[in-house]
Amino acid sequence: MDYATLLQILDSTLRLTVPLLLACLAGLFSERAGIFDIGLEGKMLVAAMTSGSVAFLTGSAWIGLAAGIGASLLWALMHGIASITFRGNQLISGVALNFLASGMTILVAQAAFGQGGRTPPLAGSARFNEVALPLADTLRGVPVIGPFYADVISGHSLLVYIALLCVPLTWWVLFRTRFGLRLRAVGENPAAVDTAGISVSRMRFTAVLITGVLCGIAGAYLATALQAGFGREMTAGRGYIALAALIFAKWRPWGALWATLLFGFFQALALRPDVVPIPVAALEALPYVLTVLVLAGFVGKAIPPRAGGEPYVKER
Amino acid sequence: MTGDTAIELRGISKAFGSVQANKDIHIRVAKGSIHGIIGENGAGKSTLMSILYGFYRADSGQILVDGRETPIPDSQAAIRAGIGMVFQHFKLVQNFTVLENVILGVEDGRLLRPSLAKARKELARLSKDYGLEVDPDAKIEDLSVGYQQRVEILKALYRQADILILDEPTGVLTPAEADHLFRILRGLREQGKTVILITHKLREIMDITDEVSVMRRGEMIASVVTRETSPPQLAELMVGRKVLLRVDKQPAQLGEVVLQANDLRVSHDGVERLKGVDLTIRRGEILGIAGVAGNGQSELMELLAGIVAGTGSARLLGRELDLSGHEDGRDRRHAGIGHVPEDRQHLGVIMDFAAWENVAFGYHREDAYRSGPFTDNAALKADTAAKMERFDVRPPLPNLAIKHFSGGNQQKIIVAREIERNPDLLLIGQPTRGVDIGAIEFIHKQIVALRDQGKAILLVSVELDEVMSLSDRVAVMFDGRIMGVRDAATTNERELGLLMAGVTETA
Repeated sequence: MDYATLLQILDSTLRLTVPLLLACLAGLFSERAGIFDIGLEGKMLVAAMTSGSVAFLTGSAWIGLAAGIGASLLWALMHGIASITFRGNQLISGVALNFLASGMTILVAQAAFGQGGRTPPLAGSARFNEVALPLADTLRGVPVIGPFYADVISGHSLLVYIALLCVPLTWWVLFRTRFGLRLRAVGENPAAVDTAGISVSRMRFTAVLITGVLCGIAGAYLATALQAGFGREMTAGRGYIALAALIFAKWRPWGALWATLLFGFFQALALRPDVVPIPVAALEALPYVLTVLVLAGFVGKAIPPRAGGEPYVKER
Repeated sequence: MTGDTAIELRGISKAFGSVQANKDIHIRVAKGSIHGIIGENGAGKSTLMSILYGFYRADSGQILVDGRETPIPDSQAAIRAGIGMVFQHFKLVQNFTVLENVILGVEDGRLLRPSLAKARKELARLSKDYGLEVDPDAKIEDLSVGYQQRVEILKALYRQADILILDEPTGVLTPAEADHLFRILRGLREQGKTVILITHKLREIMDITDEVSVMRRGEMIASVVTRETSPPQLAELMVGRKVLLRVDKQPAQLGEVVLQANDLRVSHDGVERLKGVDLTIRRGEILGIAGVAGNGQSELMELLAGIVAGTGSARLLGRELDLSGHEDGRDRRHAGIGHVPEDRQHLGVIMDFAAWENVAFGYHREDAYRSGPFTDNAALKADTAAKMERFDVRPPLPNLAIKHFSGGNQQKIIVAREIERNPDLLLIGQPTRGVDIGAIEFIHKQIVALRDQGKAILLVSVELDEVMSLSDRVAVMFDGRIMGVRDAATTNERELGLLMAGVTETA
């Protein structure tokens, strides 16, 4: 494998990492607040369909993004009402919302555009196009680092850079702000938060809605940046891989970046059977295999937030 | 005492569904005093305090703080009114530092750094003023229970509480830690703070309170000055009739060795919880295990009961028990070991099942309960009704789900199930946890009666009083080991307390 091929693979690694990363951070906010969210997949899917449709109709990727976030927020709200207000089972709510998303997206896209459940191809300003970072061309001549900068770091859509910035931002919010302290506390021991006079429901709803926003960006990225339009089931299990990455990352923001980069790398390799002789199916299974290893305790201990998955009920 | 009133409650009532938890409660707590509230489990003490802390809203009644009517709709309002609460189960975030726990909910501003800096200074001052030393950067999960309780007190003081409510604060402490807590509470009183102490331990009330209010079945029965009352009088007020505080028993008549255990070990997740325990129990003897919860007592019980696997050897009447996990609870019952588990609602019963079904558990394959391949439900119900009569279970309804019985009656059903099987060895854990005084007396009598029939009994309890009064010999466990075995008749609380804290006589 020559350097140019490696750069190509790294370039596509980054592209494929972004939806995983956004979904992983989305899950991080929710689970740190004690709400399991198996519905990342569904939220991304509705966001992808909505943003693809709206971007096509308006010709603006930005309006598409906003619509995608809106749709994802709606799903997040439903999850919140089911699991926080009515203290329902969080896994069942998530699974139900995934099924709802899977069916609704195809139904609506078919009804609106009649193209077999797809949305029409997007072009021009209806997509997030690639932006060249400053000096990309000037530095190309520098050996090794130049091409890396120009081909891997530069030349992605704006959403890629936004996603990367979300990592330090999430870390800062979680560990340096009052909001972050309360968010982490509510996922560990909601009774401590309640007795401190803070509303547990409000904290958890806020976290769930942040999850909605991040999943919305991830879905919009799929339909309006990575691809040019929405296709059936285009999330292809990314929501579940993101959950696996979250465990792999031990619920930490920087860990989420490294975990999703690794999983994105496997996906990039799977696209190049000419370069690596490993069967695609094996590559696609790798994230799950690694996650099982982490859960089994082979790579340090992954301790989930203690109150995760438990609806909060005041004790008598 | 200045005579000023810190808190006054007027006509507080609260119902949960059809259960009247508090009925027209009146109470007046003097400023700068330690006021005890005593009552049996379920008497409504915790409900009343939760109302005071804004956790529940009273259905009717008034709360007066410093003489002014102060509505307390939520915990924020209670904190603003200067009320702090130390719950029985601490409300701490385990993987946060002390400092982070202290500022949670009362941060100054949106960023953490300035809040933490301010809290660090304030905490140093509070620690000095009240003798509450604790490392501000320690994680809660690394602190002992006694220290965690100090963090709860610091939390309240940091919120500028003038009135501190403590709910059953000594349940999880060693006697030495409890003494330290009482010194802290006296220090708080000297500084003019008001302390409300909820407990069911008469001795603590007599030791430390200035006044005491007694609750029974949701009602405030009496408020008396502590100096002018006595434990028997308080016990009678709590229960509504005369109670025997001491267990009445004859000296033990020892027989052959029933259980001979050597080098018992149990590990969980790679951590050794039981570190080589040797035990001998004879016929006609009650061996009590004292110790602070979590020092290996549960593992010992569960190993002998066949619930967890471990190593070592144990012989029951000369027959070797298989400790490796091949034998389960049923095998042990078959071998003649009865087991009343420590965690009654988790291991002892299935809450949604009827009493008669719970009576069958563990013995449901016995011939008396069988009719061909089926269980003989009629026989089971008849047997349950008979047990209920013998053990004075109320209400005596075999078809009623276990969850509708009180803690004491649930325990009586379990004890009846295990004792009436006539085991050679009875393992009994926390026999009176969550059980009212009347039922305690009854259960204690049953245990002593079993002993007098020549059975061996292994008793585990975190209530030191119970272990001391019921046992013939007392073994103290600390950190998975037996620190020492004492004769119950000659030992004293101080000696056992030191052993519970891991101090041996040589140290």
